[in-house]
Amino acid sequence: MAKRFPSPFEAETPPGAEGWQDLYTYSLPFSEDRRDYEEATFWFQDSIHWAEPLTPWDATWYEYAIAALSQYNTRHYLIPPALGIDYRVLNGYAYLTPVPVLDGAEIEARVPQFMERAGFYFMNWGDLYDKWLVKMKDLIAEMEAISFSPLPEKEDLEVITEGRGTGSGLTIQEEYRGLLNLGLKLWHYHFEFLNLGYAAYLDYFGFCKQAFPNIPDLAIARMVAGVEVDLFRPDEELKTLAGIVVDNGLEDQLEGGLSALEGTPFMDHWNSVKHPWFNYSAGNGFYHSDKVWIEHPEIPLGFVAGYVERIKAGEDISRPIERIRTERDRIVDEYTALLSSDEDREAFQGKLGLARVVFPYVENHNFYVEHWSHSVMFRKMKELGDVFVKEGFLASRDDVFYMKRDEVNEALWDMYSAWAVGTHPRGPAYWPREVTRRRGIVDALRQWSPPPALGEPPEVVTEPFTIMLWGITSESIGMWLGAGDDADGGLRGFAASPGVAEGPARVIMSADDIGQLQEGEILVAPITAPSWAPAFGTIGAAVTDIGGMMSHAAIVCREYGLPAVTGTAFGTRDIETGTMLRVDGSSGTVTVLD
Amino acid sequence: MSNRFIIWFNDYRPADRPRIGGKNAGLGEMINADLPVPPGFAITTDGFENIRNHPRTVEEVRALLATVEFGDPAGVRGISREVRSLIESVPMAADLEDAVRSAYAELCSRCNQEDVPVAVRSSATAEDLPDASFAGQQDTFLWVRGATSVIEHVKRCWSSLFTDRAMAYRHEMGYDHQVVSMSVAVQQMVDPKSAGVAFTLDPATGDRSQVAVESSWGLGEAVVSGEVTPDNFLVDKVILEIHSRTISPKHTELVMRADGDGVEWHEVGATRQQSPSVSDAELLEITRMAKAAERYFGSPQDIEWAVDRHLPEGRNVVMLQSRPETVWSRKAPRSVSEPSSGFMDSIVSTLLSPIHTRDPVSADDEEA
Repeated sequence: MAKRFPSPFEAETPPGAEGWQDLYTYSLPFSEDRRDYEEATFWFQDSIHWAEPLTPWDATWYEYAIAALSQYNTRHYLIPPALGIDYRVLNGYAYLTPVPVLDGAEIEARVPQFMERAGFYFMNWGDLYDKWLVKMKDLIAEMEAISFSPLPEKEDLEVITEGRGTGSGLTIQEEYRGLLNLGLKLWHYHFEFLNLGYAAYLDYFGFCKQAFPNIPDLAIARMVAGVEVDLFRPDEELKTLAGIVVDNGLEDQLEGGLSALEGTPFMDHWNSVKHPWFNYSAGNGFYHSDKVWIEHPEIPLGFVAGYVERIKAGEDISRPIERIRTERDRIVDEYTALLSSDEDREAFQGKLGLARVVFPYVENHNFYVEHWSHSVMFRKMKELGDVFVKEGFLASRDDVFYMKRDEVNEALWDMYSAWAVGTHPRGPAYWPREVTRRRGIVDALRQWSPPPALGEPPEVVTEPFTIMLWGITSESIGMWLGAGDDADGGLRGFAASPGVAEGPARVIMSADDIGQLQEGEILVAPITAPSWAPAFGTIGAAVTDIGGMMSHAAIVCREYGLPAVTGTAFGTRDIETGTMLRVDGSSGTVTVLD
Repeated sequence: MSNRFIIWFNDYRPADRPRIGGKNAGLGEMINADLPVPPGFAITTDGFENIRNHPRTVEEVRALLATVEFGDPAGVRGISREVRSLIESVPMAADLEDAVRSAYAELCSRCNQEDVPVAVRSSATAEDLPDASFAGQQDTFLWVRGATSVIEHVKRCWSSLFTDRAMAYRHEMGYDHQVVSMSVAVQQMVDPKSAGVAFTLDPATGDRSQVAVESSWGLGEAVVSGEVTPDNFLVDKVILEIHSRTISPKHTELVMRADGDGVEWHEVGATRQQSPSVSDAELLEITRMAKAAERYFGSPQDIEWAVDRHLPEGRNVVMLQSRPETVWSRKAPRSVSEPSSGFMDSIVSTLLSPIHTRDPVSADDEEA
């Protein structure tokens, strides 16, 4: 009997987390109502985006993102073999399953429609992407314009004299609904291009693998990688700031934080680039607890201090743009010369050309959506949290994320209604008690170790987006099933970034803890987010539980020239801080030494 | 310094090829391509003709060859033995012997070593025959020291033109024995820590972006003869990444005898058996050399290399031979593009059949 993963219905609720299902939209948990379907389906845990249990409000991004992705596959572009991604929550963790189109005739029928619709985007990519950038900036400006303030003791006189006919209680509810709508629109924009971009990349990738069966994935990626990329810009600005510190002798002020730097050239530059570049999450941007640089300047300032030390040690920390460009051209020229015919060379140039057209979107969207927009959205939600705190509904602003997104409407109604009537809302009695209970549940869920997958594994993974976006292939599933069989306590994963390094492990579960990393340590994490970039100057190698070649983590590790093994499934579970490891990023193995 | 009988590898010019054979010409070309080849010289076919035209050889060899019955392997072996010992017993002409002795002396002085150990190898040559190396089965003698011993082994190389297998092959192909001549290489011996072969494509798939390296301890004969299962590496030519390593138990190695006279097989200890026989730096150096050879010769190459145990890392990898790869190079080029389809067709077929679900290309698929 082939191995299988546990059924979602076999999973035990961690002690203290009873009733966790009620923290989410009723359609999110696995349930008896759809048991036959859910039990017969293969689900994988998406720890690339949601490695930790979701709080009730944070589940909003999960639902918006996956629904928007699905909608574009299913209803906009009619991706021939793929509908959307179905999604659930188990013990607070995100589980996904791709939904294929199985009927051959239906696939056939979708092909011409896909070609017309997707073809339009490919043909007009440049113009549409320019428009996209404008749309995104407008959307963020709209989000920024939303404001939440406590309801007034009485309406302003102008409300009367201008004959407005509506009041603050309606406004605050409209603002919140408006914010949610912008959030869903944001995720529409995200997937307007993304899967098409990956499809073009995959086509180019497939051609390279056909022509050169052994070509390393990272060579394929390096031929399209942008030289100047928005996603690297925040880190670039930190280096510039470090240069300003050294040039102006501001080392002492730097230790005193932003206030001590007031009036220096450092602040001039800081203020000129903080919007948008420091709307940058120290996590992956999906959690309200992820720290955003602009709100936690100690994080970027710490990285600046690291760069200052490196500059003073005589190191050139700038990215050698010209050398990167020359090297990229050399790689392309050499592979081109190795192709066996002029037809192949022409096809290669065509596919490489399209991949390079789409790649700026693939590389940059993450900054605009997960970092910049999410930062603004969370900031607005915290402003709303302040209102609830003032009205006694919540003890702290972050408690608002323990409300489901639609419960926020109910709480606003409660607040508004009591304000309107001139009496007492129920909220101040109800919510502090409820938030305390829910915090207990989420903390209990945090103790659970989610299996990498659930249900019967498919014989072969053919769904293109599962492969592209999550790096999940028949091989990786086999690896998860075989994990733990390695008698030496070693791990296998994807050879994501080449090289070999040895050092003591440091297991880091959350972005908040990256400051613990010591020089030369091996970072072991659920996933290395690109925003951890400045920490990569410290570590010797990275090992992650999940991730494919196209995860942002893999891209950044290669950028920093660090060995990385991704998708080990059990790295954070099986490795303890301090264990000596050898990480071979060329073969994808992690060996426990001593 | 080169003359009628001697051509130094570093003096080689393409016009010399017919007189020194393909293998020696290859060594000369490798030096022209700035590849690190141990110093040495070729004894031209004029040397062999000197022996072949010796009155004794002409008469007696012809008589012996006239009696060969190719249906009788034992008989062929007997005649081969007689022909060979005849060739080995004929004295060299004085000017020829002088030329060999003084070239060897010059080599000793270039290597700054008295009685420098050399490899003495035959290099068969036949104009218009693509398979000269088969038509004249080749012998190689390693760790030869001293001028007298060199001369003796040069003769043994010449006589190897008449091994029973070479004679049978020529008979089968309908070649006259006179059609093949023989040049001999005398080349400084490297003392390999490890050695092996390298192909400038992946022999399993024909992937031209790869250099496949096979390596084992000691002399390359361990790999070439199949005596051990070598370590196996695949290195990407373009980004120079070593992305596949298979370390095999290498139980034996061919090394120089303690008395300095010839070579012998040694058992390899358990730890070394399981250790990689080349370092990453050496692998990358081999890859760079293989690429340079391929670029110079203009076609995929099959290379023999060695890592000298006495030279420092960075200068210790030497090339011993480079010849055209034959298996994949004879196949029709494998085109992967579909000329008629537009980019959308290609994207659709990519989505319908992502690369990770396709069967890898195997060498068998390519036969047709």
